[in-house]
Amino acid sequence: MAATDSPRAAPVAIGTPIPVRGKSNLMRQQRLWGWIFLSPWIIGFVVFTAAPIIASFIFTFTNFSLAEGAGISIADPLFSNWTRLFSDPVTLQALGVTIRFALIAVPIGILVPLFLAAMLNAKYLWGKRFWRPLFYMPYIIPAISGIFVWQSFLNGETGWLNRILRFIGISDPPNWIFDESWILVGFVLIGLWGVGNAMLTMLATMQGVPTELYEAADVDGAGPLVKFMHITIPLISPVIFYNLVLSVIGLMQYFVVPYVLTRGTGNPNNAAYFYNMHLYKTAFTFFDMGYGSTQAWFIFIIALILTIALFATSRRWVYSSSGE
Amino acid sequence: MASISRSQSPSRTVNTSPFYSAQLRKFALGAIITLIATALAIGYLLPFGNMALIAVKSQQQIVGQTDGPILPLTTETFTYQEELYEIFTVPMPDGTIRELALVEKSRRINQFVDPANPGAGLIEWEGNWRGLTPVTNIDLHFENFGIAWDLLDFPKLFRNTLVIAVVGMIGTLLSSICVAYAFARFPLPGKNWLFLILIGTIILPSQVTLIPTYAFFAAIGWTGTWLPLIVPHFFANAYNVFLLRQFFLTLPRELDEAAMIDGAGPFRVLVSVIIPQSWAAIISVALFHFIFAWNDYFSPLIYLSGKPDLQTISIGVQVFNFQYGPQPQLIQATSLMAMVLPLVLFFLAQRFFMRGIVVTGVEK
Repeated sequence: MAATDSPRAAPVAIGTPIPVRGKSNLMRQQRLWGWIFLSPWIIGFVVFTAAPIIASFIFTFTNFSLAEGAGISIADPLFSNWTRLFSDPVTLQALGVTIRFALIAVPIGILVPLFLAAMLNAKYLWGKRFWRPLFYMPYIIPAISGIFVWQSFLNGETGWLNRILRFIGISDPPNWIFDESWILVGFVLIGLWGVGNAMLTMLATMQGVPTELYEAADVDGAGPLVKFMHITIPLISPVIFYNLVLSVIGLMQYFVVPYVLTRGTGNPNNAAYFYNMHLYKTAFTFFDMGYGSTQAWFIFIIALILTIALFATSRRWVYSSSGE
Repeated sequence: MASISRSQSPSRTVNTSPFYSAQLRKFALGAIITLIATALAIGYLLPFGNMALIAVKSQQQIVGQTDGPILPLTTETFTYQEELYEIFTVPMPDGTIRELALVEKSRRINQFVDPANPGAGLIEWEGNWRGLTPVTNIDLHFENFGIAWDLLDFPKLFRNTLVIAVVGMIGTLLSSICVAYAFARFPLPGKNWLFLILIGTIILPSQVTLIPTYAFFAAIGWTGTWLPLIVPHFFANAYNVFLLRQFFLTLPRELDEAAMIDGAGPFRVLVSVIIPQSWAAIISVALFHFIFAWNDYFSPLIYLSGKPDLQTISIGVQVFNFQYGPQPQLIQATSLMAMVLPLVLFFLAQRFFMRGIVVTGVEK
């Protein structure tokens, strides 16, 4: 966040002579203009972020419904939505699916782009400019296209993945998205097409690591792996951290892939019934906005705790250039 | 070329100087890494191949071939006495191999006819015809794209998505440029705190604002219209503001000041000094928004449900899949058509994408 404290931020305030009347007028005018230019975001933040966060918290204590003929009334007892949440086996099961998936998807979502970035950063790789867009490209296509492309690729009979698996001797490969115990792995595979952003940011940071550090390590006789683990990784740790936070938050919102692939059912056997599919069903199929808000706030609290935990651990392993 | 490399090859074995072997080592390392990269890239992009080949298959080429050929193959046929018969490669008793049309199938004695000489009558062949290989050729069905285009009413979806994406893009550009300008150039109390809050919204899970926002749009009668997909973008967005602000901070202040001395007001400075120097960042933001809106699935899902005439491309493709599930060739064709525009934009404007991602992802 060092960039926030730009030395240019307050040129009028610093080094101004004794305030003359005209000068402070100018300053006031400058400020007024500043607020005018800032106003779209401030209005948007209040209307589309701050107010809805508060409103959805209030909704958790109501029987707010958008179903026909229904309205809004205070929940009775006040915490009934919350007690319902903790006694609702479907909600807890859906949360379990989400967490189980996150436990596989988060490490892969960091390690795969890290590996790709290291490979594309390799000194001797031929045609460097050619590879980056190639590995990034799937990130740019519509999610819906990617999902159907993978649905076909993972098809148990005709899909290329199982053809390849059978070809290399695995006679009975799983029927990925129809198999309870493989469907989450299938989603992880689909998720590989989303690593482009993380890969590019890691690659750009790797390219910014001062070469003197590597040269010094060469003098000490360090091998490539040692250099990678002890120079590259620590120096790019801020961007790894940034991607880690984004990926945890993103997984707490995971919805489109399982929703489309299972047609909203979460089958087989609810193995792909993610938390947000449940939330979507509560809010937009049953229009039960009071209980839906409670589910939303619950996942928000979990995401908040995870983010705070990540920031707390970051002091131990994230390199800070300001030397703190 | 070949002769040159051959003339060099003896020296490779003779020359053992450290310089030469280092060069060789470099070459070998490069070759190995490039080979690994190629293998990974092929694996990574394999699903595209799966899609492309299914998109040009006919229904017959897919049905009845659960583990059939990967290529869109069709068995050649021959019309004999007004009936269609499939052609097979038949090894004859005399050792020759002929391509014959199978007229009468049986487990033991089959009747064939020679397409080159049907007048010669039937040819008897002993053996099980199921053991014979049919004569096939590659038969691409590009008409799938036309069929899907019409069934899906692609022009309507295209137009809807384009309007939503372009108007939203204008909104996010106008608002994000102004907000970024405020953050980059104006001395505001608490500005750093506001900027932190702005960045914080990037990691805010969207569910927590979803229901009240939906209820709000429902209350003012905007659900079932494009407005919820467009209007919020007129209030700036953290990624775009961040990208533009970082860019504006790199611009020399002297030019602003010179313009101000000439009597330009803050708005004038923005329009005639800042914006003309910032096209690279502005194009990045425009592209990001366009692709985001083009690919968006969730907002149209909730705000445009039950309004097929207003639907966007993502929902159109998904609904189509639900209706035409048994016709994978059409689904792959629509998926391909939906991704063409983002891909073309990406390859045309790669530079802006890459730079934009690096700025928003790295500089924080």
